Amino acid sequence: MTEHILIIGGGQAGMQIAVTLREEGFAGTVTIVGEENHGPYQRPPLSKAYLAGEADAETLELRTPQFYVDNNIVVIPSEKVVSVAWGAEHGVAVTETGRELPFTQLALATGSSPKLLTCEGADLEGVLSMRGLDDADALKAQWDSISNIVVIGGGFIGLEVAAVARKYGKNVTVVHSRDRLMSRAVGPVTSDYFLDAHTTRGVTVVLSAKVTKLHGTDGHVTGVELADGTVLPADAVMVGIGVVPRSELAQQLGLEIQNGAIVVDEHARTSDPRVVACGDVAILPHPLTGDGMVMLESVQNAVDQSKVAAQTLLGREVEYHAVPWFWSDQAELKLQMAGLSQGFDQQVIRGNLADDKFSVLYYREGRIVAVDAVNDVSDYMAVRRALTAGQNIPADLAADSSVALKTIFTD
Amino acid sequence: MPKVTYFAPDGTETTLEARVGDSVMDIAVKNGVKGIVAECGGSCSCATCHVYVDEAFLDKVGEAGPLEDDMLDGTASERKASSRLSCQIKMSDALDGLTVTIAPEQV
Repeated sequence: MTEHILIIGGGQAGMQIAVTLREEGFAGTVTIVGEENHGPYQRPPLSKAYLAGEADAETLELRTPQFYVDNNIVVIPSEKVVSVAWGAEHGVAVTETGRELPFTQLALATGSSPKLLTCEGADLEGVLSMRGLDDADALKAQWDSISNIVVIGGGFIGLEVAAVARKYGKNVTVVHSRDRLMSRAVGPVTSDYFLDAHTTRGVTVVLSAKVTKLHGTDGHVTGVELADGTVLPADAVMVGIGVVPRSELAQQLGLEIQNGAIVVDEHARTSDPRVVACGDVAILPHPLTGDGMVMLESVQNAVDQSKVAAQTLLGREVEYHAVPWFWSDQAELKLQMAGLSQGFDQQVIRGNLADDKFSVLYYREGRIVAVDAVNDVSDYMAVRRALTAGQNIPADLAADSSVALKTIFTD
Repeated sequence: MPKVTYFAPDGTETTLEARVGDSVMDIAVKNGVKGIVAECGGSCSCATCHVYVDEAFLDKVGEAGPLEDDMLDGTASERKASSRLSCQIKMSDALDGLTVTIAPEQV
């Protein structure tokens, strides 16, 4: 069989593998199979510009249909792969329509699916999540009839949806299980700032709350009950409590799994050297320190890790050391993060929170490891550059907000 | 439909038709024009879609907004008076014939 790389998953990561393979001159067959009813598209705007009506589905397309034709990339949408196995010489994936897709090498870019509520009432109509275009369209279809929306989960997606809904005059309550917002991604200073920012804009935020039950009438959600007995009225409930890696096919192949995600090395290689995995479905060595395994559910990781995965498929030894970065648009606030702040032992706050323009620099053992920046692009860019170049930004010098960070880099 | 022309750092010229309202970045990326990385998908968050706008169009394109202005200070290639992030230039009929040169380094 001639070389045939099959990419399972038609999202940002799957598309990027295919594009990089062609850019690097791969001459074999490249097929992307995905279960969504759309070609690869951008997900981040779904909870931002798309929900706000500032972008349409065509805007979100990652490439034109013609691009795939021109680059000899076969895209099969609307087909879910249900089984995958290796034969003696090659492997075969089978979709739910019975279509057989043979391959000599395999890329798993199957992404993640939203974590679902398990409490009573979780299956009521009007209980939504935000993962794909169809989810965003479902919310938009109900939009005009929603007065009260409860967002369960105070992470990026929940808060982005909350901000858009508030802008449209909805009564918005965010219910979060932890004691601070976006606790996985940002430090406490940033969490507290956003709590104030959303509250000031009229969003009600309930921290350390446990949802016990959803109430409904005629099959449609009407309220969210918390452990303390409070019932929040709701015409719609947006659930943004994290994601679950879609590793079912990897399990069929017997690949090593950790926390439900596919274990890969710094080459995006799974425990089977013929299979790579990248994007939301992978758990990988910390890209900067190599210390410990991390999951990075972001566009940056989907793009950069997929480029490495493509190189690995081509037999090249490229390691993944890209600086993680993220962003979130909430109301008129642009939050940008670079690096990973977990385990920091020192922080420097630059600028004034009251001015809605500041940054928080995070340090571990005297070295810069991350930044959270709000409407402060300069500091965000400077820290990203320093991390990329392996340079430090001494905390004592950075503490003077009038000093431009890019002028004080050290080795 | 208005047209936009891209000059790659290696001199390759590509002219594309633009949907009014799409950004100069969007049009390039969707059609596979090399050199515009645009990792953030157009939210003015990554400074990897840096272009130099042809002098003749500078006035029509207008100046960078404050966030974009700060982002441009962090671009990988030299910032010039004609530097813009192409995700922030929305195509209109008035910009028909726009020509941009893609900055050589984006990341």
